[in-house]
Amino acid sequence: MTQASETNAYNFAYLDEQTKRMIRRAILKGVAVPGYQVPFASREMPMPYGWGTGGVQVTAACLVPEDRLKVIDQGADDTTNAVSIRKFFQRTAGVAVTEATGEATVIQTRHRIPETPLTEGQILVYQVPIPEPLRFLEPRETETRKMHELEEYGLMHVKLYEDIARHGEIATSYAYPVKVEGRYVMDPSPIPKFDNPKLGDNAAIQLFGAGREQRIYAVPPYTQVVSLDFDDHPFVASKAPHDCDLCGAKGSYLDEVITDDAGSRMYVCSDTDFCTGRREAGHVGRLGVAMAGGVA
Amino acid sequence: MYVAVKGGERAIDNAHAWLAEERRGDTAVAELTLPQIREQLKLAVNRVMAEGSLFDPDLAALAIKQARGDLIEAIFLIRAYRTTLPRLGTSLPVDTADMAVDRRISATFKDLPGGQVLGPTFDYTHRLLDFALAAEGEAPVAAKAPATLGPVPHVTAFLNRDGLIEDAPRDDTQPADLTRTPLELPADRPLRLQAITRGDEGFILSMAYSTQRGYGRTHAFVGELRIGRVAVEMEIPELGFAVEIGEVELTECETVNQFKGSKTEPPQFTRGYGLVFGQTERKAIAMSLVDRALRWKELGEDHIGAPAQDEEFVLYHCDNIQATGFLEHIKLPHYVDFQSELELVRRLRAEAMTMQEAAE
Amino acid sequence: MGAVELGICAKGNEQPLFQVDGLTKYYGTRVGCLDVSFDLFPGEVLGIVGESGSGKSTLLSCLAGHLRPDLGSVTYDGRDVLGMAETERRRLSRTEWAYVHQNPRDGLRMGVSAGGNVGERLMAIGARHYGTIRDTATDWLGRVEIAADRIDDRPSAFSGGMQQRLQIARNLVTGPRLVFMDEPTGGLDVSVQARLLDLLRGLVRDLGLSVIIVTHDLAVVRLLADRLMVMKGGRVVEQGLTDQVLDDPQHAYSQLLVSSVLQV
Repeated sequence: MTQASETNAYNFAYLDEQTKRMIRRAILKGVAVPGYQVPFASREMPMPYGWGTGGVQVTAACLVPEDRLKVIDQGADDTTNAVSIRKFFQRTAGVAVTEATGEATVIQTRHRIPETPLTEGQILVYQVPIPEPLRFLEPRETETRKMHELEEYGLMHVKLYEDIARHGEIATSYAYPVKVEGRYVMDPSPIPKFDNPKLGDNAAIQLFGAGREQRIYAVPPYTQVVSLDFDDHPFVASKAPHDCDLCGAKGSYLDEVITDDAGSRMYVCSDTDFCTGRREAGHVGRLGVAMAGGVA
Repeated sequence: MYVAVKGGERAIDNAHAWLAEERRGDTAVAELTLPQIREQLKLAVNRVMAEGSLFDPDLAALAIKQARGDLIEAIFLIRAYRTTLPRLGTSLPVDTADMAVDRRISATFKDLPGGQVLGPTFDYTHRLLDFALAAEGEAPVAAKAPATLGPVPHVTAFLNRDGLIEDAPRDDTQPADLTRTPLELPADRPLRLQAITRGDEGFILSMAYSTQRGYGRTHAFVGELRIGRVAVEMEIPELGFAVEIGEVELTECETVNQFKGSKTEPPQFTRGYGLVFGQTERKAIAMSLVDRALRWKELGEDHIGAPAQDEEFVLYHCDNIQATGFLEHIKLPHYVDFQSELELVRRLRAEAMTMQEAAE
Repeated sequence: MGAVELGICAKGNEQPLFQVDGLTKYYGTRVGCLDVSFDLFPGEVLGIVGESGSGKSTLLSCLAGHLRPDLGSVTYDGRDVLGMAETERRRLSRTEWAYVHQNPRDGLRMGVSAGGNVGERLMAIGARHYGTIRDTATDWLGRVEIAADRIDDRPSAFSGGMQQRLQIARNLVTGPRLVFMDEPTGGLDVSVQARLLDLLRGLVRDLGLSVIIVTHDLAVVRLLADRLMVMKGGRVVEQGLTDQVLDDPQHAYSQLLVSSVLQV
């Protein structure tokens, strides 16, 4: 086993094998019952709860020395929390890392699904703050578990109904609830609803880890995932009505950046690897310049 | 040309280097040693051990130093370290009746076998700043007396002999382990006690205080509060008997609460229980009050909707490591979520404006 | 009363919708209700009367599945209710059954608009067309005499009588066959009560509902119930056609109950 150089005090990928086995059991159960929240004995990790401890534990349980890991936060590889988590696994597991979506075998993410379509054999690990889609309708865990058990999801639609009655449309823009394989209503973690269509029929295994709330759930490859809506108010995967100002992409999710005191704005891909890849391939947006030597 | 922000990694490294420098502070001032923290900030060390769920004064002292005195941060360091420790075995239940007590008081009986022992307590000190402490070289010496040896029986045992308090028979069922199995509700009493003993002192204190003010009142008396060291024994399979592997300091509090009775059972007192690592008596007393409040169902009391009676509320919110992590995570980047909210609000506003204009 | 005769002839050729046999519930050693048996036929309204502590509320809770009885059987449409899985029972209670609470706050979602309250049961059983749900809700608000422009208001902005009517609409929207009512007019002013009773009578007749209604108010059963059960100390002391029991009570307790009402 490749052991990290500086911290031999810790097991491969930090967690001891017993703990990993316990987490793998939870993952397998999750894969077997898509969308069902499996309770697991989350461990205290060396980063705070709410900062990806669930995702980190799932990743740790999945990693093997041959893996190539990518970590993104808000779609970007270089945001501070992504850097911190990637560094953690470099240190404790010594695995190879990459920023290229296509090259990664395991991708841990917070709040985004990469733009580049995933392929079979890849694992996408989501960090989940509140796994319970019914939580803000019903604060009691004992009650929400019963609602899932009995498939009592009327209340979820009442929420959507109230949105339309008040705003004329469903006013949920991220963490948009979905139904998995016609059974469990699931929180897809706080990804923008723009990403929801990528959840369904995806070639990769999608695993969701909520450390503080002690839950793991999963969407196996090629699973049906439907965003909740009404027939006459269908789900729309919306994004800012702009193209990326750097790479010119039309269909990618964008960050809005304020560029000067006068409030000028530009829009750039939130998926940094996707944007760089396009620019390297010669695509140029409104405010971008051709990358020097980008195209060989 | 716009260049997306890069260099998160270097920013983090630099921030951490700065943090290390700040932690040391003015280098003209002597650096704190771990023995100093362990010996002179003992109550801080105790709290870190109790809420970190790990009895190791030296590690707790290190954590306090590293955390710059932020005790929740220190508890966090201990918890994270604890995760990596292999579990070699389980000790036998400690016997607090065999405790070598430093302090033992009862509010329910004036005198009792084993006596009232005040011990090293802040009680009855006048809270006046002692400027003498600001001067160096102080080494106070207290009067000594020979230790009273032998077991110190529990007050509640006297009451139990006459049937005046609910019986708490020995139960050898293996309790669930909060750190090894996910918390599932309803939780039984051993599980609740595990959660509370490592729960945040401030939270447990406020919950207990709220019961005293009527939000789930249980009329508690401190039947007994004892602080001291107990032997930890472990069964060694190869030997076939238990051997003492060390000792831990504990604070134990047993409250005697309002009696209850029913048609079939005559009135008797009920119990609340607190047991915490180290000298941590505020926590232990608070724990026993919260324990008692959470027992309303088994004792056939009314649920009056008080927070301290609500098992799910108390157990899900008492852990300061969970709470602080989730609270502080909102400072992490949320551009993506915020962006989608931004677009939604812009669209809704545009629609509302159009409708307003149409109406005018 | 035409409905009474209907109830009687129905017995000849129709199966009971709801059958209760030997239902008993204890609280420790105290009797909640003891050995209660009756049949309820489709379209029939059964009133259960008695003073507080008579066991009528315990009985209703057992019948609706909120409390588990110690002995006896409950059969709905040929199905054993007590032996049902909770999934099935809860499905029943949001489709074919309905429960009107005395306090509308217990039966409404106070933080959800009137339209959402009425629409919830529809959505719970799979309605997924917003426009249709809203139209149905509007229609039902009309049927319980709530103006259509109040559809987006929350129940907290409604008067007590309106809240109770909203609760009724929320319950009846899915076209249940069996409705349990627990003191539906309790806590309302007399004039408001009269209007609500009138409305209920119309709905019960138009929809052909089977109803079990618990009340201490004999005026309510006089107006609504085909048959009456008088309870005291957890037991049924007398039962029969409403007019019969009220006009010619046989049991001493029924006589007392009727005379005490007449004095008011």
